[in-house]
Amino acid sequence: MAAVGYLLAAALGLGGAALGVAGALGHAWTVRLPALLPLGGLELTMDPLGGLFLALVGAAAVPASIYALGYARGDARGLLAYVLFLAAMGVVPLAANALTFLLAWELMSLASYALVLHDRRAHESVSAAWVYAVMTHAGLACLLAGMLLLGAWTGSFAFADWRAAAPGLAPAARNAAFLLLGLGFAAKAGIIPLHVWLPLAHPAAPSHVSALMSGVMIKLGVYGLLRAGLDWLGGGPPWWGVVVMLAGAVSAVVGVLYALVDHDLKRLLAFHSIENVGIILIGIGAGLVFRAAGLPDLAVLGLAAGLYHTLNHAAFKALLFLGAGAVLHATGTRNMEEMGGLVKRMPWTAAGFLVGSAAIAALPPLNGFVSEWLTFQALLQNLRLVHAGLNLVFAVGLAGLALTAGLALACFVKAFGITFLALPRSVAAAEAHEADGPMRAGMGLLALACAALGLGPSVVLPVLGRVAAPLARASVVPTFGDWLTLRISGDFASLSMPAVAAALAAAAALPLAVLTLAGAGRRRRGYETWGCGRLVQTARMEYTATAFANPFKRVFDFFYRPVKQLDIEVHPESRLFVERIAYENPTRSIFDDWLYRPVLDAIHRGARRMRAIQSGSANLYLMYILAALLVLLVLA
Amino acid sequence: MEGVLVGLLQVVLAAAGAPLVTGLLRTLKARLAGRRGPSPLQPYADLRKLLAKDAVVSTTTSWIFRATPWVLVASMLAAALVVPLVVSRPGLAFAGNIILVMYLFMLGTFFLALAGLDAGSAFGGMGSSREVAVAALAEPTVILAVFALALRAGTINLGGIVEHLRTQPHLAVNPGHLLAFAAFFIVMIAETGRLPVDNPATHLELTMIHEAMVLEYSGHYLALVEWAGSMKLLLFLALLANLFFPMGVPDRVALLPLLLGLLALASKLLVLVGALALIETSVAKLRLFRVPELLAGSFALAVLSVTSVFLLR
Repeated sequence: MAAVGYLLAAALGLGGAALGVAGALGHAWTVRLPALLPLGGLELTMDPLGGLFLALVGAAAVPASIYALGYARGDARGLLAYVLFLAAMGVVPLAANALTFLLAWELMSLASYALVLHDRRAHESVSAAWVYAVMTHAGLACLLAGMLLLGAWTGSFAFADWRAAAPGLAPAARNAAFLLLGLGFAAKAGIIPLHVWLPLAHPAAPSHVSALMSGVMIKLGVYGLLRAGLDWLGGGPPWWGVVVMLAGAVSAVVGVLYALVDHDLKRLLAFHSIENVGIILIGIGAGLVFRAAGLPDLAVLGLAAGLYHTLNHAAFKALLFLGAGAVLHATGTRNMEEMGGLVKRMPWTAAGFLVGSAAIAALPPLNGFVSEWLTFQALLQNLRLVHAGLNLVFAVGLAGLALTAGLALACFVKAFGITFLALPRSVAAAEAHEADGPMRAGMGLLALACAALGLGPSVVLPVLGRVAAPLARASVVPTFGDWLTLRISGDFASLSMPAVAAALAAAAALPLAVLTLAGAGRRRRGYETWGCGRLVQTARMEYTATAFANPFKRVFDFFYRPVKQLDIEVHPESRLFVERIAYENPTRSIFDDWLYRPVLDAIHRGARRMRAIQSGSANLYLMYILAALLVLLVLA
Repeated sequence: MEGVLVGLLQVVLAAAGAPLVTGLLRTLKARLAGRRGPSPLQPYADLRKLLAKDAVVSTTTSWIFRATPWVLVASMLAAALVVPLVVSRPGLAFAGNIILVMYLFMLGTFFLALAGLDAGSAFGGMGSSREVAVAALAEPTVILAVFALALRAGTINLGGIVEHLRTQPHLAVNPGHLLAFAAFFIVMIAETGRLPVDNPATHLELTMIHEAMVLEYSGHYLALVEWAGSMKLLLFLALLANLFFPMGVPDRVALLPLLLGLLALASKLLVLVGALALIETSVAKLRLFRVPELLAGSFALAVLSVTSVFLLR
């Protein structure tokens, strides 16, 4: 029963992807059902931007649904929410008026809320779902406020009317709308400091849902930002782009820093989603600044780099979440400190996770490298802006992106190395089993997507350029070289991924062939790991994830603010005999301590004050209602 | 056709010349320390000896451990196809720019760090953790130094930078340009594991970075890792030499310019190797947690170099 449902979802995804690709290539259409809803009715419009994101939703749904055939077998209850979640995500990019958009948006949030809550008995899921619900509705409130304001100023709730009326709005009104809508979409995209729900909700959901939430749902926040900033409002002053780029740079660095010290495999991946949305926003921010500065070809490049990273992140992050799900399935834990040695027990999952890790660490010749490279090229070209302040902002973006790339590499050495290599650190890891057929197929598809997006930027980038060109108000779509080589802004930079891959393959094969013919490597014998003469090797001697991350904790201690808790129990006879040592070195979150705790405390204090008027007497409450009515009548 | 030949020439040069650079550095260091030291050709003898030996592989390891030396060598050889060693635009120059080269180095670092964890010994893990920490903190400096170069050259293609900066010989005394050079030089020291960041001659477990990671390698695997390491040093030095001081790098592929280009490269490398030997004999290794301060310093140099361009135009 559930199997049929997931197969159907995969077919639905395939159809959505095909429709979306056609839309992205320029096949436009509109569907209107005015009778279905008030305020303009249900209205869907296909345009290149919407088509791209629909294609993303559909293409990610295929491997996730196939994976679910093995992972969520027999889970019929989750199926309904899953299908609703997919359908809502497919409608969001096509919605053509405010009501359609908000209904789909809220359905998407509610369905994913139900999926986060799938394990209703676990305290962790319940509190994660609660935080998620609060944050997503705070975001919705901002969206609603922004949309109502736009509706009031333009007298319509159809996006086409906003587009037409936006140039005539006062600058202050446009700024207010951008900030409100931006806040609402940033909360969904998981931008720092609105990210708190993300590391809680993504790990709590089943892994194929985590893959979709991370790979696709948060990208709809990015979609909203593009749609609101560049389409509805038709672009703005350079500071919009500066804000977006700096928010992206902060999110990228902070996200990866949190991921480094987190040893819960799925939470680590969730923090990396914050990082990658940050990278996407760096590219988009660059596009916004270039557009405002009247450099449409560079604006297209920045936006296309951000969109490319959106696709890439969906591919590798979904792959990593599915891999983490397979590990969770096999070992029953998400704690990396209890894993190890899985590369021997789960070779396929390990291979998939390695591809995902190399892709997210932006290693050539995989896809993450291509989009980071493009983002770098967009940022480096700020030398064409003659404005020292903006140039320095771009330098911050460059340094932030570079630091993020380095730290992400470190983090995925940890994630792959501690999870899959060396000796198993627990019985569960020693007895782990390989994922079953459908799960392997889901991961395999995504690994292929990572390779294809890495090798084929010459096919993908021109499409993204055509999607970005109307947003950047570029009359001419810039060309990006030929089938073999990407060329950016003439001779500024070039990249040929097929050539790089061929060079790497040849450079590995040639020495291998020469040395094998010469007879090296024939004599190899196995022996135990060297360990200064100790007798046996156990998993307790291995480097742990905590130890691995320690240099970073020391270097960035102003950010992590770790607390050292050392607890030594000695024998009652003599303090020289130590019975037990407990050592903990937890980090503290700046955002929890300095932002959310004070706000929550203030809300609590306010609520206590409000208790004075809440006596429990029905008569008193009736009087309040009467008083409120009178005040309203007087005001009206 | 010429492009292919030049590409092959560069690969052969990097592959065959790298051990000589390492050997020369060791000899110079020994002389500066008042020892006679080994011949500069000693690394070739070492490699031959290692290739002939049995490899002992820990039974804890997986295929990652055995594949890593090949990935390392492949990434260095592929980088040698792109970096302007003897001409400004070698055969595969269109395939990428300096950012590709840096990420090819990161590909090697990634696999080497995984191999360090694979044997399950604490030393390997320690080395991996430190190596990726140093690499991560060096990355912002690399990009900003590259940005400083791109600002002065108006392009980021390696060949374009070489050709453009060659027309501006006065840059050799421009303070902003030299700041970027100094920043990149410090990054080179950190990325290739030289003093004062890491001591390539040490075998003291608790202070090793690179050596701790490769502790488990032996036989032909060790030969490959060492060879890749010296290629990385050569490529970094060549980047420093030809990007910042591109005098004498030919554009055309003809016999005489190529010979002159080789000569120019050799003399520039000799100067850089001498400078490196001097630094290595005169400073002590930094404590691990002082290294970030050094890298922060190099980052500051790169930032100054970039801002000087913006403020002085």
